[in-house]
Amino acid sequence: MAFKHKDILGLQDLTAEEIELLLNTADNMKEISKREVKKVPTLRGKTVVNLFFEPSTRTRTSFEIAAKRLSADTLNISASTSAVQKGETLSDTAWNIEAMKPDIIVMRHGISGAHHYLAQRVSYSVINAGDGAHEHPSQGLLDMMTMREKFGTLQGLKVAIVGDITHSRVARSNIYGLTKMGANVSLAGPPTLIPPGAERLGNVTVCNRMQEAVEGADVIMMLRIQLERQGKTLLPTMREYSRYFGLSADVVKMAKPGVLVMHPGPMNRGVEISSDVADGENSVILEQVENGVAVRMSMLYHVSGGGPTE
Amino acid sequence: MDLLIKGGRVIDPAQQIDEKLDIRITDGKIKELGKKLAADKSCEVIDAKGLIVTPGLIDMHVHLRDPGLEYKEDIVTGTRAAAAGGFTSVVCMPNTKPVNDNKAITTYIIAKAKAEGLVNVFPVGTITQGMKSENLAEMGDLKEAGCVAVSDDGRPVTNPELMRRALEYAKGMAIPLISHAEDLGLAGDGQMNDGFTATELGLKGIPWVAEDAATARDVYLAEFTNSPIHIAHVSTKGAVRIIRDAKARGVQVTCETAPHYFTLTEDAVRGYNTNAKMNPPLRTGEDVAAIKAGLADGTIDAIATDHAPHHSDEKDLEFALAANGIIGLETALPLALTLVEEKVLDLSALVAKLCLNPARILKLGRGTLEPGAVADITIIEPDRKWTVEAAKLASKSKNSPFLGMTMKGQSAYTIVGGKIVHKNQ
Amino acid sequence: MNKETTVILDGAGVKRALTRIAHEILERNKGVSELVLVGIRTGGDHLAFELASRLEEIEGVTVPVGSVDITLYRDDIKTQAAHLPVGKTEIPFSTEGKRVVLVDDVLFTGRTIRAAMDAMMDHGRPQCIQLAVLVDRGHRELPIRADFVGRNVPTSRKENILVSFDEANHPIEVVLEKP
Repeated sequence: MAFKHKDILGLQDLTAEEIELLLNTADNMKEISKREVKKVPTLRGKTVVNLFFEPSTRTRTSFEIAAKRLSADTLNISASTSAVQKGETLSDTAWNIEAMKPDIIVMRHGISGAHHYLAQRVSYSVINAGDGAHEHPSQGLLDMMTMREKFGTLQGLKVAIVGDITHSRVARSNIYGLTKMGANVSLAGPPTLIPPGAERLGNVTVCNRMQEAVEGADVIMMLRIQLERQGKTLLPTMREYSRYFGLSADVVKMAKPGVLVMHPGPMNRGVEISSDVADGENSVILEQVENGVAVRMSMLYHVSGGGPTE
Repeated sequence: MDLLIKGGRVIDPAQQIDEKLDIRITDGKIKELGKKLAADKSCEVIDAKGLIVTPGLIDMHVHLRDPGLEYKEDIVTGTRAAAAGGFTSVVCMPNTKPVNDNKAITTYIIAKAKAEGLVNVFPVGTITQGMKSENLAEMGDLKEAGCVAVSDDGRPVTNPELMRRALEYAKGMAIPLISHAEDLGLAGDGQMNDGFTATELGLKGIPWVAEDAATARDVYLAEFTNSPIHIAHVSTKGAVRIIRDAKARGVQVTCETAPHYFTLTEDAVRGYNTNAKMNPPLRTGEDVAAIKAGLADGTIDAIATDHAPHHSDEKDLEFALAANGIIGLETALPLALTLVEEKVLDLSALVAKLCLNPARILKLGRGTLEPGAVADITIIEPDRKWTVEAAKLASKSKNSPFLGMTMKGQSAYTIVGGKIVHKNQ
Repeated sequence: MNKETTVILDGAGVKRALTRIAHEILERNKGVSELVLVGIRTGGDHLAFELASRLEEIEGVTVPVGSVDITLYRDDIKTQAAHLPVGKTEIPFSTEGKRVVLVDDVLFTGRTIRAAMDAMMDHGRPQCIQLAVLVDRGHRELPIRADFVGRNVPTSRKENILVSFDEANHPIEVVLEKP
């Protein structure tokens, strides 16, 4: 099995075999971070540019560490979207960066599809670190890696994803990835935050109540509720949201014993997740962060293989 | 100089003609139709054997972008594109810069079109001043200056009370009113049709109800005021049903759709193709079927392109930032002909939707080959196959979702007032 | 495709060679003190376990065994059309100050051994690194030699040496395959 993509734009574009390869490589790369010398020479001489149009500490840092552990040179460019709207277009930015001869660009952008736009126009590899409400493949992979570590397989797992599905790229990447790998996904959230046709995104069940989705689940994944979207008539109050769709210890009890509680971060404690659950024994939130580095190393390694774009 | 068109299949819905006839044109007017008309010495003869001869096509919904947005299109390039596409008349929308809400702009458009345009240009004035939905525009003055209709196209009249008064006032001035039926609140900042594809792509959706609710409002207001109304660019199943029902109870409503609404679905957006971004957005297969049914049963009166040129700087962008709209003048005819191939319409009914009906709705006094009529004629080569190539398009802008596709059918000759303005090589 | 093959070591031959290597390792290192074995994946890791059990039979002491995957250290990484899957590196003990015996099945150009030595250095600073191989087929491209060799086999570059293992990862035989 060889990975033949120039870019990783989303898990929707990958086959189950390709996802498995990325996860296997990530499993085997995890050991590097535990060594005395946390570095392998694999991407020596390669340049990885982190181009972030949205603020992000954890994803950018994670990609930067991953690149450095593979001995790549890294460069961080942060561009606030407002400055970009005033001035340079994305394609001008892309060509300016191309002139610096990078090998891989890791981009986060607030607009869905920005990565497709970029990948069609540049010769270097593009890795999506989050585009609008579309995909966040590295998050999906690290979540799957964490689940697979605990359960040995993703096949047949019941995963409940709770919260704002409509605006969540994390939800989409997880749905595409998990259902390809044979998991069953249940979505729950207020109907104003469930996008049309969500049940057709894969082997997905849409539930009106959180309890239905969580019942018998192996994994509960809570999404960040975007407080800044409050003005858009989608929810009455955070208080009511928290009452119906917040994860408390009582709701956790409805899942299988040993259920994993996940959150892509950053968390709104007391809103979508209570602190006792976030810090409790079922929580694997910090392991998600650790696996993030391994998964991103795997992505950087495989896209730099020079295979042709499909 | 006289012109004689010999041996073509003449289709004129106004006279219910569909047979092989010759047409003689004298002094820019249709002189006579008949079999085996003789050519005299000074007469130019067009051999139309195997070709279809129709009244000049009329596109009742075009954006020429002139004045003010000439970097997208201007009256010269826009009318050249029209001629290449087989259109002898275009009706241009008022969202220019400044908007055509006063006599001065109308006069400018008419004068420039007369001096430099290749085809007839009929301007549309605005319903409200500055298209701001605050005060009525001077519709009387606009009509006198030469506007054939009023519309705030690109925007709805947001205030229902103002829309009611606009319908009443336009009726009094005997100027047709064209509605851009969209509920801006429901449409929000959507970027494509609301539905599964938008969910997959993570794009904000424009729900069909944004069009249906606005169409219903405007149809009811037309019924209430007993005024005629024309609904532009119908794209949804629901809007077709609303208009069909209204027609059945005698409301004076007419409507148009655009070729992309019966040939493409929201799937064309996949890959974040900004040339498939428009407003109203491309809808579902079910909507496409409903549009075809509406064309077939006469609910939809006209086919108009909504030709909306945009510079590549406005289209070659991330999807959310790209402008809405596509060009359509040069691809409309072959796309419309697919309706005949698919047996949605017979040729005569199709031709009516491309010339006679728009002429009647806007009272243009064209759209027929009756003796004495202005000799606007389109001669169609129905079997000609050609590929849509950006470099070969006459329009200044190249924002077409049909680039690279093979089309069947093209205008062989476009004749305006007895003069050949386009001849296919 | 029937390629001509010759058996170089049969099952008994492999066993004898490993037993001899085990004795040589003990002799050279004066016992098993500070000794660890690290097999190079895949093939060398299986042989490392075989050697460890021989050492245990002889000395009655369990020698730590690890395995190293050298994919990320390869020197041809830039020319690979698609990058190879990465295997697991498992060295569940410190190599700091240890006498490390790298174990591989076939010694050829020496490039794998170079990569494995670099990998070992990233795990700590051993006292020394020695190399044990089942077959040395020649054609070195780097200044590397083995300390312990099961069998020297002169080959042409076009030939291939195959070491086969059973389902329990015990070596079966060594075969020379002609093109």
